Amino acid sequence: MNKKQTNDYTLALIKGLGHSLWAVLRHAFVKRETVSYPDIKRSLPLRWRGRIVLTRDPDGEERCVACYLCSAVCPVDCIHLQAHQNNDGRRYPETFSIDFSRCIFCGFCEEACPTLAIQLTPDFEMCERHHESLVYEKNQLLIDGQGKHPDYNFYRHAGVAIPGKAIGEAKGDTSPVDRDNNLP
Amino acid sequence: MNFAQWLLALSSLGLALLGLLFIAALMVYGERKILALLQDRLGPNRAGPFGLLQPIADFLKLLTKEHFVPPFADRNIYIIAPIIVPFTALLSFVVVPVSDDWWLADLNIALLFILALSSLRVYGIMLGGWASNSKYPLFGGLRSAAQMISYELPMGLALMGVIILSGSFSLVDIVAAQELPFIILQPIGFIIFLVCGIAETNRLPFDLPEAENELASGYNTEYGDIKFAFYYLGEYIGVLLIAVLITVLFLGGWHGPWIPGVFWFMLKTLTLIFLFFWLRTSLPRLRYDQLMNCGWKFLLPAALINLLVTAFLGLFWMEG
Repeated sequence: MNKKQTNDYTLALIKGLGHSLWAVLRHAFVKRETVSYPDIKRSLPLRWRGRIVLTRDPDGEERCVACYLCSAVCPVDCIHLQAHQNNDGRRYPETFSIDFSRCIFCGFCEEACPTLAIQLTPDFEMCERHHESLVYEKNQLLIDGQGKHPDYNFYRHAGVAIPGKAIGEAKGDTSPVDRDNNLP
Repeated sequence: MNFAQWLLALSSLGLALLGLLFIAALMVYGERKILALLQDRLGPNRAGPFGLLQPIADFLKLLTKEHFVPPFADRNIYIIAPIIVPFTALLSFVVVPVSDDWWLADLNIALLFILALSSLRVYGIMLGGWASNSKYPLFGGLRSAAQMISYELPMGLALMGVIILSGSFSLVDIVAAQELPFIILQPIGFIIFLVCGIAETNRLPFDLPEAENELASGYNTEYGDIKFAFYYLGEYIGVLLIAVLITVLFLGGWHGPWIPGVFWFMLKTLTLIFLFFWLRTSLPRLRYDQLMNCGWKFLLPAALINLLVTAFLGLFWMEG
């Protein structure tokens, strides 16, 4: 390193030192970024992946048809349910529990759900003192509303026959093909 | 000395100790607040008014933790090492004059006393790193030892200029000699002492012994509970000591117009402490070889030249 280079280096060093000191000092007069969380709560985006709920359809029935897809897709195996069928042919979960101490809030269950029943909500304030308290049972998960997808009723669009709706009578559904008269 | 004198001496020592611990606690709070101020944050504001009780909360937390000694550590040295650091730093304050009639002891070798104690402080860090018997603390301790050796030399040589000008090792005499602060007569000495002081206290940009990124906080990696609190206390007392020393040696101590000397002393010290915190949040950590280069190739020759020039000038000045 020759003398010229050394001088340039030292000068750049001193200039850089002064510049960074000044740049940092200016930040003393900048607006604070901190949100004083428990006092001021920011509104979360609607697509925030927080506490999981089970929604109902507009008729007030459970949307969940106990297909086990959420349980199967769950990467940490935190969803457990037991399917049951009532007299008119509708399936529903007899028990449904989510272990939030294992849940990683990935949202796979919401994506897997064919009936838009299971949904993640913008709520993360669910601290408990014990792990057992974080296992939510069906009565804690099921809500009265329709969540993010109002006016959607799985049985009104497709699906198996239920009382009041035979196969082919749903919205956008075509009546079933008569096998015997469909020959070429 | 009779009983009353002993009582007076011990009580004043105890008061000074309590005061220093209180100041160290406030410095922890102040550092966090100033870092927050310069980083667009709020800093601690939960414990007590404006978060002022935060150091007490931290201390209680560390105190109530399990007193754990790793099974692979060298038990005795592991426990003694963190005690050395705040002990030596606190002891140095005995000789510091706060005002023109306010000090604990006026040793005629005060500066040598302080330099000796600051050299001893290395042992606390080095032995802590060694006794932890684990790779990161060992490297932290090694770095600390190398760093302290490299920076003690220019530090002592920079002080020689001050000693030549004042003609005394006693801090009281040195301050008394500074009608004109030595920062004007010894600007190079001041800069060298400032840099060495920061290196001496392991503060950024020279905090290589406890580099969080590469050494996982270095010599105190294996330390927890109250032993960690001792290291922490030692670090802040060390910062306070360096700030106080620069005030006394270069900024004219209690000298200043209009307001009482104690307040001038406090003002100068607080400004320097702010500078330390400001530097911490502004500058990146130096690399190990850069640190060594800076110490041996730049600071040491500069200190030697400074000493030489001061000695020549002092010689003619004193003769003439």
